[in-house]
Formats: sequence, structure tokens, C-alpha cells
Amino acid sequence: MTKEEVIKKVDAFLIDEFEIEADQIKPDANFKDDLEIESLDFVDIVVIIEREFGFKVKGEEMTHIRQLSDLYDYIEEQVKVHS
Amino acid sequence: MKRVVITGMGVYSTIGKNIEEVNDSLYNGVSGIGIDAKRIDDGFRSPLTGIIERPILKGVLPRRMRIGLPEQGEYAYVATMEALEMAQLDEEFRLKNEVGILYGNDSSAVPVINAIDIVRAKKDTTLVGSGSIFQSMNSSITMNLSVILKLTGVNFTISGACASSSHAIGMAMILIQQGLQDIIICGGGQEVNAESMGSFDGLSAFSTNTADPTKASRPFDRDRDGLVPSGGAATVVVESYESAIKRGAPILAELTGYGFSSNGEHISVPNIKGPSKSLEKALKYAGICAQDIDYVNAHATSTIVGDTNEAQALYNIFGSKTPINSTKSMTGHEMWMCGASEIIYSILMMQNSYIAPTINFENPDEHSAKLNISGNRIEKNIDTFLSNSFGFGGTNSTLIVKKVK
Repeated sequence: MTKEEVIKKVDAFLIDEFEIEADQIKPDANFKDDLEIESLDFVDIVVIIEREFGFKVKGEEMTHIRQLSDLYDYIEEQVKVHS
Repeated sequence: MKRVVITGMGVYSTIGKNIEEVNDSLYNGVSGIGIDAKRIDDGFRSPLTGIIERPILKGVLPRRMRIGLPEQGEYAYVATMEALEMAQLDEEFRLKNEVGILYGNDSSAVPVINAIDIVRAKKDTTLVGSGSIFQSMNSSITMNLSVILKLTGVNFTISGACASSSHAIGMAMILIQQGLQDIIICGGGQEVNAESMGSFDGLSAFSTNTADPTKASRPFDRDRDGLVPSGGAATVVVESYESAIKRGAPILAELTGYGFSSNGEHISVPNIKGPSKSLEKALKYAGICAQDIDYVNAHATSTIVGDTNEAQALYNIFGSKTPINSTKSMTGHEMWMCGASEIIYSILMMQNSYIAPTINFENPDEHSAKLNISGNRIEKNIDTFLSNSFGFGGTNSTLIVKKVK
């Protein structure tokens, strides 16, 4: 899976399931401050990652994710590890 | 003690999705009962159930507020918004004044089942998602609505089986009479799905009269063969008289009596003395006698033993003149919701001067023959009514409501 495919899927679920406006989706958007994604929402992001990308996230792996580009990078890396 | 009134009501049920639709159905004797094909596939004894559509709340509520709501929570949200609008309790008022919530609910089966299915399949609890716990608990409706509505008053759920929401209204009445709270959002919610009804179906308590589903729920009728499960949600705004007057809110009715008791016997088979005690306590609380009641909304679920014992209790107290009906003939048994919904149905009859028909009441049995029950609508002025709700474990609740002139 290419980075572009990862970004496309992540952006799609943020828009469809988290009801985030498309113009708010930027690589440097901060989850908490810009996208108003709180810790409970990260539980649902874990669920969606498992469904969309086929790997299980360990809770502690998500702690460093602050902005959208962190999530793209993390998923890209994990997809490679699990493929 | 403070006087307690009802200033708003809202309903989402199998016989209508708002007050106006429900009033039309009650007036015309419309049934909300049908067949659920899933129950046939799942090997249920009875596929009969109240038929209801889930409201679509996407775009109405933000995601975080929406995903914690189970099915009955969605019904409760819609019913409560209707009640709040009627009571003129907007968000600005709620932010500046203490408003509480006491709601009846006694199950939330589907979220529990779904969560366990995921854990068993995936061996990872995180994959259950963040909304499940808030959907799964019995207090789901009160915990969600108190957040959505920004409430700062009393906040808990009453679980008293099929008397849950009647007790919730009774408890609210006491808190307000005591001056501990001025406004409490009260009601009951009931999920309508096969998963929550399988174990009840297994007790052979449900009607299997599938030839004509609208004829299956037949309280007090000689040919009844069991209850029909149903649900939805109903909300009433309970408020002190002074608060209602001060706000200029519409006063729909006054709550004057609450009676309660426990049978102290069998877990599922009701008796006569327990309900009688609840009825007598409610009359005493209201400071009136049986002859002052113009109409009784019976619990009457369409089970032989339940109806028969209630008929005897009602006859012992009211004799044969007081008009009695069972709105469950139309709605089916709304269980955790029925205490609150039947207060609303009865207020609608009081406001519009009629007693809804006990549809399917065609032939009485030896006990119901002694009571004043009609299969037809009766045009009648109602100043005071009494509503019964009884539940598993022998819990009984009775409320008395009167017109404010």
C-alpha cells in the first residue's frame, strides 16, 4: 500500500465517520486542538485501523500521535511491518 | 408539600412518533403490532412484536453524543426533545437552572451482546469501540441525555421491571414535593429487538396468535393467549406548580398520588393483594376515594394470570362502574416504558375527553365481566385518572393524575 492510499483511507474515515470537514484535513492538523479528537475517539480509530488496514494497534503505540501526519506515518510503517 | 404538575410530554412509539400521531391512534383504536421475521429465523415461539422505526440522528446530534445511545436511548432522545419543546425548557434555561432526569430502563441487550461477540472473535477489548459501554449500562438513557441536554440536577435510572418508569415518575413527584428539585425530566425507554426478548419468549408468556397480529394483544378478553412485547420511549416533564407558574409553562395535569408495593411472593406470577395495596396507597396519598377516579388505565398485559388478578384487585376497589381500559391492546406491552407512556396516553384522553377502546376486547372472562371495560371508544370527561404498572419480582406502582382547572 502506498502512502497516498493510506492518506486517502484515513482522510475518508475522518470525514465519513468522525464528521470532520474536508477543509480541516491537513497533515499538520493537531488531533486535539484542530480536529477535536479526544482520547475516547482514539479507541474508535483503533477499531477502524483494524478494519481498514488489517492490523491491531497496541495502545502505547498511539501515544506519540499528535497530528495527522503522525498517523499517516504510523499506519504506513505498520502496514509494511504486517505485510 | 409542594404541588407537582406535568408541563411537557413527548412520545416515540409503535402507534405514533409524536403526541399528535399517538392521540390519533388511541382515538381510532389503531394497533402497532406486527411480525418480526428475524424472530421466526431465530426459533422464537412468537414473532409478534410492536413495530417501530429507528430515528435517524446523524446530522441531528454530534457523533460523540450519538454513539453512546442504544436503540431505546434514541427513542428517548426524540421523545424528550418533544417534551422539552412543549414545556418550553430550552438549552438557555437548562444552562442557568437546575433540571434533573429520572428515567425507567431495565435492559440494554444488543450492545452487551455485540461487545461480547467482538471480544470472543477478536480477543481484543479495544475493538469493541468507545460507544459500547455507554450503550450497555442500564443507566444508558439518563447518562446520555444528561450530557446531551447539559443537565445539572438529579440523574439516575430506575430499574423496576415493567413498573420502572411509573416508579421514576413517583420518585420525581416525591423529590419535587419535598422541595429538593423543581424540574425533573422523567420517562421510560424500551428496546424493541429480538435479542432482548429471547429469554422472555422462552417463558411461553407471549401470544402466538399470528393469524392477525393486530388481534394478538387482547387484554381482559377471554381468548387472550399472552402478551406482545413492544417498546419505544415516553417522556414527561415533572415540575413544581410554583416553577411552572413562574416560567409561564403550560400545565397539562397535576400528579396527586403515588402508590407502591411488592407482592412478596412469586418472581413472575402476580397476586391480588400486592396490586391492591399499591392502588389503596395511591388513593390515600392523593387524599381521595375510589369513586373520585373517572378512568383507570390498567396494567393489563394480555396474560391470563396478570389480567385476572388485576381485574379482581380493580373490582375489589372500584366495583363495576369506573371505566377501565388497557391501551396495551393497541401498543402491546411497552415494559420499562409503559408506566410513563400510559400516563401520556391517559393525559391525551383527559385533554380530549375520551377513553380509548380496549381493542380486541370481545368476550369477557368471569372477572373482567364484572368491570366497566369497553371494546369501543367512549366519549367522556375525565377529571382524575389512575394508572397501574406492575413488574417481575412483584413490584407494583400506581399513579394518580388530575386535571388542573
